[in-house]
Amino acid sequence: MTTAVAAIDFELLGRIFPRVLVDGILLGFVYSLIALGYTMVYGVLEFINFAHSEIFMVGAFIGAEVLLILQAARVLAASPPLLSLLASVLAAGVIAGLLAVTIERVAYRPLRGAPRLVPLISAIGVSFFLQDLVRMIWALHRNAFYLTYPPIEVFNQRFPAGAYALWGGAAAVAIAAIGWLMRRAGRGVARARFESLSMLPKYTSIALGIVSVGLLILDPNRVLTVPVKSLVVIGASLLVLSVLVYVVNQTKLGMAIRAVAEDQATASLMGVNVNQIISVTFLIGGLMGGIAGALFGLQFGTVNPYSGFIPGLKAFTAAVLGGIGNIPGAMLGGLVLGVLEALAGSYLSLISGGAFGAEYKDIFAFSVLILILIFRPRGLLGEVVREKL
Amino acid sequence: MTNGAAPAASSTRRSAIPPAAWALIALAYLAVSAWSSVRLPNSLFAFLFFLSSLFLLYYAPVATVLRVVLGAVALLLLMPVIGASNAFYLEVATQVGIFVALALGLNIVVGLAGLLDLGYVAFFAVGAYLWAVMGSAQATVAFGIAPLASWWFFPFLVLSVVAAGVAGVMLGLPVLRLRGDYLAIVTLGFGEVIRVLANNLDKPINFTNGPQGISPVGRPPLFFLDAWNRWLAGMGRAPWEESAVYPFVFYFLVIAVVAVVILVTHRVEDSHVGRAWTAIREDEAAAVTMGIPLVRMKLLAFATGASFAGVMGMLFASKQYFINPESFTFMESIGVLAMVILGGMGNIPGAILGASLVTILNLQVLKDLSIWLNGLRQAGTIVTLPIIGSYNLASLPAQLEPAKYERMVFGVILILMMIFRPQGILPSRRRARELHDVAAAGEVATNA
Repeated sequence: MTTAVAAIDFELLGRIFPRVLVDGILLGFVYSLIALGYTMVYGVLEFINFAHSEIFMVGAFIGAEVLLILQAARVLAASPPLLSLLASVLAAGVIAGLLAVTIERVAYRPLRGAPRLVPLISAIGVSFFLQDLVRMIWALHRNAFYLTYPPIEVFNQRFPAGAYALWGGAAAVAIAAIGWLMRRAGRGVARARFESLSMLPKYTSIALGIVSVGLLILDPNRVLTVPVKSLVVIGASLLVLSVLVYVVNQTKLGMAIRAVAEDQATASLMGVNVNQIISVTFLIGGLMGGIAGALFGLQFGTVNPYSGFIPGLKAFTAAVLGGIGNIPGAMLGGLVLGVLEALAGSYLSLISGGAFGAEYKDIFAFSVLILILIFRPRGLLGEVVREKL
Repeated sequence: MTNGAAPAASSTRRSAIPPAAWALIALAYLAVSAWSSVRLPNSLFAFLFFLSSLFLLYYAPVATVLRVVLGAVALLLLMPVIGASNAFYLEVATQVGIFVALALGLNIVVGLAGLLDLGYVAFFAVGAYLWAVMGSAQATVAFGIAPLASWWFFPFLVLSVVAAGVAGVMLGLPVLRLRGDYLAIVTLGFGEVIRVLANNLDKPINFTNGPQGISPVGRPPLFFLDAWNRWLAGMGRAPWEESAVYPFVFYFLVIAVVAVVILVTHRVEDSHVGRAWTAIREDEAAAVTMGIPLVRMKLLAFATGASFAGVMGMLFASKQYFINPESFTFMESIGVLAMVILGGMGNIPGAILGASLVTILNLQVLKDLSIWLNGLRQAGTIVTLPIIGSYNLASLPAQLEPAKYERMVFGVILILMMIFRPQGILPSRRRARELHDVAAAGEVATNA
């Protein structure tokens, strides 16, 4: 690639495209999970929870720690891999969620009502504090600066996705049909409930359809394989996201969260315990951040106390891209950013003849952020919010 | 410095001690602390004692002339003498000076204009790389020209101010429409962009030499040294080494720049520009309504703050002899922010105090703690703790090194200050007055 800018090898570009796309989607789901934490907190408090990237990092550490303990107890190899994964991801989510609630109590709640920058600075402080706290804890605990996820055999195998492309397409159609049926099922309240739930099959089928069609076009020989790990991460993210959509749109709790986001004073007049809802929002955001951390760690293998910063910033970018405060926006923004970043990471160097390497993919995300903020500050799905005077 | 520099003008603060006695006290304090620092060159406390004398001087209700003279004596005469007995203290003082200028620059952006800039170190990097590239062999690699002669150092001091100021305007222009918290994130992104560029612009054309960094960076010429050494030789004494002279040169350069920065900040603060910044900080909409040109004023704040960082960046590069992108991370930006917030936003002595405290904490206290802990570790000291029981420190993990925990320090500073004292250790007079007025109004209200 270091030779002079010769003809761009389009054949190569096409061949790696499906792989790049899978990487992008995977990354996108992780970003979506983190971005939801930013966007939900922003929704209720109008405040950028700068420490959320560290919640994510703590989740990744806890996830690794659980797997390492299982490995040391010799149950990791013996037990079903999905079960170990579940234990690791759940522990990561719960601890990260509780941590987020604690942070809110200690560092943000006393500052409510202060000028906008005051809690932001406090959040930056929390973020820095947590980085070194985690570093200190694992220095004492394992004398380690970073943790490596123990390998789970099955997850490292590859799934012959290319061979199943047609099946994927068929599944997409089937899921779309289920979604269509759901939108028409039931009456009254139940109907509304089904209708909003049908978002899940709708988007799944769209995504799956795009992936399948893409595979059919770009991988005509049906040889593409995808790591099982990546599929697990994508599947788990989808599951978590759909549970969240359900909770926010269909439960009383979700309604309370939306009410607080809309107008705190009025919500409290309607009998919503605002403080409690804010805590719950942090809990949910932290839960998803922690789960994202464990999945991210599983995918990329190692995690260090400072590795939350960049994904956190990108997830924030994703939240802004989708329209901050907007939950479907955060998911969409995460996916778009993940795919864009994977494309940039793989193709920048190929297209520019090696002059601009994958290192620029971080800049790429920031440039996206700056451009959105300049040209469409409300994001893709956001509404116009006027500054309150 | 003019009269206004004295916050504790004797008319406002009545003291039982007459001014003449204050002058004597300040003088004695300065003399004793300087003397003890020279006599005990390895005592941190003696050095802190000396530094504290500067603050005593600042707050002592003595005539401004005396204050300036004594301050100049302490900084220009006593400090180099102390530095001659312990070179490390000179290094600490130089570092403190660098961060004081940075803190004052950020103080303008954050403290006065209320624009939270999380990528401030980018401007520091602009100044540093400007000189590092042009004043070293890197110039040949990047542009095919010979490295600039050392006397170019002085024109570049001006040029770095301009370049960083332009960078400030360039950052400011697109982001000024954004609300405070978005602005913070965008500036953070900008800081990262600059760092990543510095890290990767070694191809296709090698501008920055990437992660390896640039070394040796050009240093200012020592015009006087030859003549001085000839004179020394005439006296039959050993000549001065260049390497021994440079720390002092950089110390004086930093002091000079800090003096200019303080002067500029002080003059600007109460000018129409400074008032416009404060107005924008307090209420943007109201400021616009009163006819303040929002964009121009914000850009001016960005540019002014950036230019301070630019010139210090250049001095830093030259002093360090070597720079690489690691010196310009997000953590540095937050470190400077912690200094400003610790000292007191919008306040010159506050920024100076914050910069001094944080720098000394980082350079000295944490490092000393590390050395102490390592000593205990090697000696295999056994401590008895209430819950854990007896514990052999030799088994303390090697990863645990306090010197590397500066993030925790910054974090704790930021959280605690925001919760308990958001106005900082030394609040600006304006803020103090506001808070005082609020308290007084509250009292009236409760009495009524």
